[in-house]
Amino acid sequence: MTKRPIEPYLWLLFSAGGVLAAVFFPVLIFLFGVAFPLGWIGAPAQHHLLAVLRNPLTVAVLFVVCVLALFHWAHRFRYTLYDGLQIKHLNALINLICYGGAIVGSVIAGLVLFQI
Amino acid sequence: MSAPPAYTEFHPRWYRAPVRTLWWLRRRSYFVFILRELSSVFVAWFVVFLLLLAHAVGRGDREYQRFLRWADDPWVIAINVIALLFVVFHALTWFNLTPKAMVVRLRGTRVPPLGLTAPIYLIWAAVSALVAWLVLGG
Repeated sequence: MTKRPIEPYLWLLFSAGGVLAAVFFPVLIFLFGVAFPLGWIGAPAQHHLLAVLRNPLTVAVLFVVCVLALFHWAHRFRYTLYDGLQIKHLNALINLICYGGAIVGSVIAGLVLFQI
Repeated sequence: MSAPPAYTEFHPRWYRAPVRTLWWLRRRSYFVFILRELSSVFVAWFVVFLLLLAHAVGRGDREYQRFLRWADDPWVIAINVIALLFVVFHALTWFNLTPKAMVVRLRGTRVPPLGLTAPIYLIWAAVSALVAWLVLGG
């Protein structure tokens, strides 16, 4: 692998995203992905969630969590393709898809969260 | 340290044993490693899910109800159940690795691994409770 000065920062984003995803996602997936759809717990009303989502603190936390989780995915998935499929020769394409995807996703996250 | 070391300009290629593409199927620990790496795909999936939810909530009750119906689809539930398993797997391996990745010293002595993982699990529980409390109506 070539030496790139940006690499340590990518590892930093990966770690930060890993921590936030580990702390925030299990409870959120459990509630919205499993418990509400299966009727274990009644889903909250729209006006309540809207109030929560309009709180500046919620917006800030959600935005940071989304952006860092996306960069966590980008970095880890890049290495999964590297190691798991042994396709190092597609380096440039993999980097474009992973980090490009994370950047596009971050912009979309900003557009969605700051316009609620 | 007088003369700079001499390098051979054209050296033969180093020998590297070829690795099979499916090397990670050969041993359980390798397979678990790849599974752990794949948890990142479900992290990305959930970011998309979360943004769809936030978008629907922002557009009003009709859109929110539509989102809830979509999330009720057996396929979406199945993906989310798998995503939950993977994300919990990610969280457990991540937290348990922390004492190995980080050496914390307190007054000159190293904090034992449990001294690091126990507070992390407490924080995890506290944040989860806070998020659930916020979502479910406070």
